Amino acid sequence: MSVRLETRGNSELGTQNSKPAAQPRKHCLDLNDYSAEDIQQVLDTAEAMQEVLARPVKKAPGLRGKMVVNCFYESSTRTRVSFEVAAKNLSADVVNFSAGGSSVEKGESLIDTAKTLVALGANVIIIRHSMAGAAHVVARNAGAAVINAGDGRHAHPSQALLDLYTMRARIGRLRGLKVAIVGDVLHSRVARSNVHGLTRMGAEVILCGPATLLPVNLQLPGMRFEHNLDAIIGDMDVVMPLRIQKERAEGGLIPSLREYRANWGITAQRVARMRGDALIMHPGPMNPGVEIDPEVAVSPRSVIESQVSNGVAIRMALLYLLAGAPM
Amino acid sequence: MLLKNARNRDDLSIGDSKDIIDCRGLVLVPGFVDLHCHLREPGFEHKETIATGARAAAAGGFTTVCCMPNTDPVIDTAGTLQYVLDVARREASVRVRPIAAISRGRAGKELTDMAELAAAGAVAFSDDGNPVANSALMRHALEYANSFDRVVVDHCEDIALTKGAAMHEGAVSERLGLPGWPAAAEDIIVARDLALAEATGARVHIAHLSTAGSVDLVRSAKRRGVRVTAEVTPHHLTLTDEWVERGTYDANCKVNPPLRTSRDIEALVEGLLDGAIDAIATDHTPHALVDKAVEFEQAAFGISNIETAFAQVMGLVHAGRLPFDLVVEKLTSGPCSVFGLELPADDWVLVDPDAEWTVDVEVFHSRGRNTPLHGATLRGRVMLTVCRGQVVFDALREPASGAGCAEVEVPSPRPSPVATGEGGFRLHLSERP
Repeated sequence: MSVRLETRGNSELGTQNSKPAAQPRKHCLDLNDYSAEDIQQVLDTAEAMQEVLARPVKKAPGLRGKMVVNCFYESSTRTRVSFEVAAKNLSADVVNFSAGGSSVEKGESLIDTAKTLVALGANVIIIRHSMAGAAHVVARNAGAAVINAGDGRHAHPSQALLDLYTMRARIGRLRGLKVAIVGDVLHSRVARSNVHGLTRMGAEVILCGPATLLPVNLQLPGMRFEHNLDAIIGDMDVVMPLRIQKERAEGGLIPSLREYRANWGITAQRVARMRGDALIMHPGPMNPGVEIDPEVAVSPRSVIESQVSNGVAIRMALLYLLAGAPM
Repeated sequence: MLLKNARNRDDLSIGDSKDIIDCRGLVLVPGFVDLHCHLREPGFEHKETIATGARAAAAGGFTTVCCMPNTDPVIDTAGTLQYVLDVARREASVRVRPIAAISRGRAGKELTDMAELAAAGAVAFSDDGNPVANSALMRHALEYANSFDRVVVDHCEDIALTKGAAMHEGAVSERLGLPGWPAAAEDIIVARDLALAEATGARVHIAHLSTAGSVDLVRSAKRRGVRVTAEVTPHHLTLTDEWVERGTYDANCKVNPPLRTSRDIEALVEGLLDGAIDAIATDHTPHALVDKAVEFEQAAFGISNIETAFAQVMGLVHAGRLPFDLVVEKLTSGPCSVFGLELPADDWVLVDPDAEWTVDVEVFHSRGRNTPLHGATLRGRVMLTVCRGQVVFDALREPASGAGCAEVEVPSPRPSPVATGEGGFRLHLSERP
């Protein structure tokens, strides 16, 4: 397999924080510590991986002899399966490990579990956990490459990278794009990672929703808040609603799902006012009829299914860049 | 023992020993008084015991420590209080003054037998770690305790606003995705306590102020004549929420109330200078390794800091922000007046304001090694501690017993553990594990 790593035109490169990594990256924990070049490299590598995925036999030897452990402390369908498929496509041995609750409930600490997995031969630990910083704790204490597959409300870098990849593939660029992330941004690791990734690549991010669901203290260049979805939706290149959980209404953050949908739901009427070439994305899982209307989710502007399939290529790229042998 | 040539006073003779100690360059001050620490005994002896906590206190220059009642069992009966005093008399090298609980089991439901506890030796009352959420109970606690001249200490936290919170709510918590702890959660309960103190004429003491808002509230209440006193910890005076990010979720930075911002530090320093804040108290909170070696959100709150407290605060002196004499006052006569204690005449600390040392938790006297300052270089060191006329800590003649420290060469410019204006720090943590 050949992997193209040439950089694209400089117009794609953000200017902020775009220092090349001094040494090979050991972990993928948070897009905040990825420069524009680093992100570019992952996206370009994923493009090469798409070529592997187009083959009749979707196998490349990049991780042959390596053990990848999927370590999921929280339930997940697409992320866990996507990482498993990605690792298998690269010929890795994959072990799936899921713990019901938190590490403490289980009786063994997270650090001890991670050390156990490494003692059993893990080269890469992919971790999903309900608490922010869990992947960092593992990375600090276990001698394996760590990929953060979601930690609390903090970060979900592979999801953001596949979102960037999907936007770049469909629109042809990231610089200058206007992206609205709508809904429960406060509790969303996907939104946080997308904010870092998109702004670093020169896109403009609008976080839209009621103040109770926005991280109002977050301040990053290229990012702003907006409460009125109708005021901006006609100007967006991408609109990405986030899952609204029923608990948010029960916890008093929003009065009701009905009121939420009336103001921030991606309804067919609102979509009709979007630009002709604008995209609808959703990180899943969806609550059709709450944050997004079912017909919108399957409309031609929806790229929700490509997000899922691009996820495999992105995760192959991440695995390859962190743990792959030179080919 | 004769202490000669100390910078600030005449020679002082202590005990029967004939040793003569040359104190050139050192400063002799009264033993420090800590209004707020956790000795963990009974119930949590794996975190600290009265004996180890007292040794740590001595190493930090503290000769009187007021220990909080969040033990197991809670110090809410005269029997448990007597147990602490008995163990302290047998095993502690410094003076231990227990604080008893306000409510039985610190559950916030019914008052403890305060008169009996006071007679047994309770120096004050606090449900520390828990706020007194019920305002009526707080009112009655203030009135009742004051009728026999004891002060009530409140941990000010509106728990409805801090459910699941792990660090100060602000830009850093948003970046790290950690549930935030708004400053308002403290300010609200401080304001309530001041209103109750004003309404009843009773005294109240506010534990570990951490926000600019609560400093303002206390200051203006004092101006109105409300009988309020307040304390601040060394970590809230010197560390900010950015330490959590710098340490990439280092659970040793997790503390209650949380590390705040440089703006709050400015206000706390101002509060010490103008008298809004009466005392520096450590809130020394030792934990076992397993309490901290977990996910940040699951980690226990607290910093083991009684051995670093003086040097941390000296960072503010060296930065030109607090006068040395004021720091000594806030560690001695200030806390004494809060609890109505006499400053003991035979407790002394010999300090070297300029000595630099590197914090090494491996040689802490405390069982709690939970500090974000491991590897940090601090300036200002306790050299000798005398309690009841006896030497209880001596780094002059027995350097090996030094207070969790090893001397090092320090590159210039000299670092100090003080937040600078723009969120930068002059204290370097290059030797973090």
